[in-house]
Amino acid sequence: MSNLAWIFVSTLLVNNFTLVMFLGLCSFFGVTAKIETAWRLGLANTFVLLLTAIFAWLLNTFVLGAAPYLRIVAFIVVIASAVQFVEMAVRKYLPVLFRQLGIYLPLITTNCAILGLALFQTSRHYTLIEGLVFAIGAGLGLTLALSLMASIRERIEVADVPRIARRMGLVLVIASSLSMAFMGFAGMGSAP
Amino acid sequence: MSAAVAPALVVTASPHVRSQDSTPRIMWNVAATLVPIIVAATWFFGVSSLLVIAAATAGALATERAFGRGGTLADGSAAITGMLLGLTLPAGLSLWMAALGGAFGIGFGKVVWGGLGQNVFNPALLGRAFLQAAFPVAITTWPTVGGRFWTLKGDLFALPFTHPLPDAITSATPLGLLKFEGKGTAIEQLILGNTSGSLGETAALVILAGGIYLAWRGYLNWRIPAAVLLTVIVFSAIVHAVDAHRPDPLFMLFSGGLMLGTVYMATDPVTSPVTNRGRWVFGAGVGVLVVVIRIWGGLPEGVMYAILFMNALVPFINRATQPRLFGTRLGGAT
Repeated sequence: MSNLAWIFVSTLLVNNFTLVMFLGLCSFFGVTAKIETAWRLGLANTFVLLLTAIFAWLLNTFVLGAAPYLRIVAFIVVIASAVQFVEMAVRKYLPVLFRQLGIYLPLITTNCAILGLALFQTSRHYTLIEGLVFAIGAGLGLTLALSLMASIRERIEVADVPRIARRMGLVLVIASSLSMAFMGFAGMGSAP
Repeated sequence: MSAAVAPALVVTASPHVRSQDSTPRIMWNVAATLVPIIVAATWFFGVSSLLVIAAATAGALATERAFGRGGTLADGSAAITGMLLGLTLPAGLSLWMAALGGAFGIGFGKVVWGGLGQNVFNPALLGRAFLQAAFPVAITTWPTVGGRFWTLKGDLFALPFTHPLPDAITSATPLGLLKFEGKGTAIEQLILGNTSGSLGETAALVILAGGIYLAWRGYLNWRIPAAVLLTVIVFSAIVHAVDAHRPDPLFMLFSGGLMLGTVYMATDPVTSPVTNRGRWVFGAGVGVLVVVIRIWGGLPEGVMYAILFMNALVPFINRATQPRLFGTRLGGAT
């Protein structure tokens, strides 16, 4: 039980996929202009992460034992199908969100955080339950990072930013500041 | 027409009653309360502390002058950032590192965001976090207190990017002693500040006095320090009661940078919430994170990271604690 809790806290804060391990940065910079879009993309990502965790575990346990060299190809097929599924669901039930997310919804396929999750899960030999907790932690961590970024960007929308830092410049500064703030969790759990 | 004739009827928009306080006035008042802390640091660590604080302040001021909007030097906020950053540094830090920290804090913590009032993170702490990431060894080399006044506490005048010579007597901070060696420190020593640590970490009483003065003048909101300190006391008392090996609340309260961070950095009006309910939430969050990082984290001290993390949450807190518009119905429906 404490192991599961630790996996959750570790992926949520200590090894946050976005702010500490720098995975999945394209949507972190691309879709964080508005907070409503940002956290919904985070949840869509979380859902894909969950599906990926389940299928990666199934593949690892029943199929890939005989052919480990097919791992990355198999994972990418799984991720792409999961994203297709999410895309259909979002288009049907949340058409506004579908338009807001635009290209970033199908781009979840190429979000390295998701392939990263499948590969980490494999190399750390997580069981199904551990993998699910890992996926939820990672997904909520992504959602947290996206929402923090979006809320800060909304706050500085009216700021009189120097010309050199307009658009992406300041966003990169925010990202590095956030990342420095997360450094405080470094090494948590290793202390006596 | 002479301009000296007073108009018979003055028509202006509200507000009609104005206080004498302006941003420069408040800022220089805060800066004045930092002077006793600097004096105390000089008393404990000698002339080195003055040099380090001066270098950090010079870096901050030069950056504000070079890249900030014209005339923002006089409002005093860059000077405060520099002095506060200097107070979070060890006495033996090379001066160019201190100046670089000040420049980073102002440049990337304030000017890039659009100047005073726009930044989300506390500039002094951002500069400190940058130095911690860039020079992790130099910034955790803590000279001991005492010694002769004019003795330099380290290789202060090292050239940039050279290896500073370790020529000072150093010792671990109380928090480091506790975390890595399991040793406690007497509480009288902590309160008086007779321990090694950052320049402004040591004089808890002087910092508290400055904070009380500022709160009485209304220049800082008392809710934030009250929330931080209460949370630290209650949370660490619970942890101490469950596991007696953990530090007791008094130790937690008077060790490390908690006092300086609580009084001068968490209360930064730019980077803290604007609602009173939000201030309580913010302070409580800082308190919880300080205890969590100190007890379960890999680092001995977590005040800086706790405040930076809560700074990032401030836009959220502001949104969540927005007061209800007068006349609208509870629950958000109009």
